[in-house]
Amino acid sequence: MNVWIIAEHKADIITDGTLEAIGTGRLISNKLNAKLFIVVLGYELFVLSKNLSNAGADNVYLLETPLLSQYTSDAYIGSLFPLIKQHQPSVILIPSTCNGRDLAPKLAAKLKTAYASDASKIDIDREIFFTRPAYGGRLLSTVTCRGEKPWIITLRPRAFGKFAGASKIAKIEKHAIDISSSSIRTMIKGFERTQKGVGLTEADIIISGGRGMKKAENFKMLEELAKILGGVVGASGAAVDAGWMPHSAQVGQTGKVVSPKLYIACGISGAPQHLAGMSTSKCIVAINKDPDAPIFKVADYGIAGDLFEVLPILIEELKR
Amino acid sequence: MKIIALIKQVSDTAISLKINADATDIEYQNIPWVINPYDEYAVEEALRIKEKHGGSVTVISIGPDRIVDILRSSLAMDADEGVHVKDSVFDGSDAYSTGLILSKAVSISGYDIILCGRQAVDDGWGQVGSALAEILNIPSVSSILKLEISEDKKTAVAAREIDEGLEIVEVPLPALFTIQQGINKPRYASLPGIMKAKKKKIKVFDAGALGISPHEVGRNASRIHIKKLSYPPERKKGKVLRGDSKAMAKELANLLKNEAKVI
Ligand SMILES: Cc1cc2nc3c(=O)[nH]c(=O)nc-3n(C[C@H](O)[C@H](O)[C@H](O)COP(=O)(O)OP(=O)(O)OC[C@H]3O[C@@H](n4cnc5c(N)ncnc54)[C@H](O)[C@@H]3O)c2cc1C
Ligand SMILES: Nc1ncnc2c1ncn2[C@@H]1O[C@H](COP(=O)(O)O)[C@@H](O)[C@H]1O
Repeated sequence: MNVWIIAEHKADIITDGTLEAIGTGRLISNKLNAKLFIVVLGYELFVLSKNLSNAGADNVYLLETPLLSQYTSDAYIGSLFPLIKQHQPSVILIPSTCNGRDLAPKLAAKLKTAYASDASKIDIDREIFFTRPAYGGRLLSTVTCRGEKPWIITLRPRAFGKFAGASKIAKIEKHAIDISSSSIRTMIKGFERTQKGVGLTEADIIISGGRGMKKAENFKMLEELAKILGGVVGASGAAVDAGWMPHSAQVGQTGKVVSPKLYIACGISGAPQHLAGMSTSKCIVAINKDPDAPIFKVADYGIAGDLFEVLPILIEELKR
Repeated sequence: MKIIALIKQVSDTAISLKINADATDIEYQNIPWVINPYDEYAVEEALRIKEKHGGSVTVISIGPDRIVDILRSSLAMDADEGVHVKDSVFDGSDAYSTGLILSKAVSISGYDIILCGRQAVDDGWGQVGSALAEILNIPSVSSILKLEISEDKKTAVAAREIDEGLEIVEVPLPALFTIQQGINKPRYASLPGIMKAKKKKIKVFDAGALGISPHEVGRNASRIHIKKLSYPPERKKGKVLRGDSKAMAKELANLLKNEAKVI
């Protein structure tokens, strides 16, 4: 009956998405009268495991081997599958990040159990109801899972509250892993890191530009604004198509789905595919010279004006 | 090379949708249907691999009669063969069962590379590709933005989207890849392409032909039960400032600091 979280961590720190999963897992496990387990996969987890002892779980499972020092779905599933078969958790929560959305469907398929992706709300009555955006965020779909367990759920970033920490000390258990390098079919050859758009899904403040920005250089203005506010720069599909910003910065149905505290849309009309990616933001600001642009329908604050006049003044104002 | 692209027909991504009377599905009258956008990139990528390395492209779709449109349009783009998988027992299948049905269809066609979308933009789960690869026991790489096949056609190198950028991974073939937007720009079908597509063959398979027993698929076997569809909560009406740019910029800074308190 237990609830598991598959933790994500970077440089010995648990990600925000994992803290949100722990908060959600705690609610579910309390309702179900079950225990909450955090499962951490990686290598040299000593520092991390110390930080995890009061993260809110009853138990922490550490799965350590050099083969897990980088994420691959084969190594993760090879390590998790026997443990799941042995302990039979009922629900597994995974943050809906790039790696989470790779792991979760593969793990569920391997187990032949239910997978509900991208949940943004969970209600427990006699059953567990998972609500998720469907049709590119134009509708919400509430589903229940059936059949054998564990049910695998990915959680949309920033949709759930973080767990604040607990006085309770979790028991940390190391588990032996039995996987061989030959079972890992994908070989990681390298990374191409981009500066642009990194951290969009976790950002508190996002400044996005669209076709109205006119050219790539003008995004410097948005970068300056982002720097002042401690935010990240995003883009509309049109700005990405024009080659002004990389795809990693695209917000929308086919880009990133974001939910920051503040979203500032500059020169973005507000096409349904863009709104699908940002309309759950807490506060939306739109700067657009067309007063009838659909973006104003979702904006808390709108400026019907020319962004090239407004942004420089706004930047000066906020610098002060 | 046997290259397969899996395609799904979905409702147009820009229209507003109506929820049906018992709130478990959308209203299907007057829906403009399109190919799932990610799947169109998959078809384009399949064609580019064929053009570079030789071989053939088969497009496969599960669904009712109307989906012949997307098979034909893919054939008009220059795919070689279409496979229409249709049977009412498949209705309401979950992603795993969909993967199971597709596993039979691709095994009949044969495959070196399978391409599909990272997600169907209707109520897609982003799982069908993973389930299919798992059932076929072949490696898969998800959400890719680049794909290169080696000269000897034994391996492929893909760039997979991760939160910090791209991860470059090599996999042995056969393998499955799910496609992210940005990998390519799909071509338009040419007029001769459209004419030629009319003569190309579309094979039709039902559950019997695929050797699938009805209890493995469809609504009753589904691990997911849709309880209700709803509209997202409306956002409350905001303030729109007009007039002098300087005054508006100052007012906005003030509102963000003192009213919304977000900066
Ligand atoms: C399948 C599919 C998926 C898609 N996915 C996405 C997605 O994920 N994300 C996305 O964003 N789009 C997506 N799109 C594209 C989407 O339909 C729109 O084309 C796109 O969002 C438009 O971008 P835009 O608002 O920047 O450009 P436009 O619609 O051209 O709007 C530009 C705006 O800038 C304003 N403007 C111009 N000059 C100024 C100025 N000087 N000052 C102030 N305002 C100015 C104009 O009034 C206008 O409203 C998708 C489309 C399809 C078909
Ligand atoms: N009915 C179907 N027929 C063919 N391919 C499908 C079907 N459903 C899903 N797919 C493929 O699987 C991908 C992911 O779908 P999903 O898991 O439903 O989000 C799609 O982009 C398609 O490539």
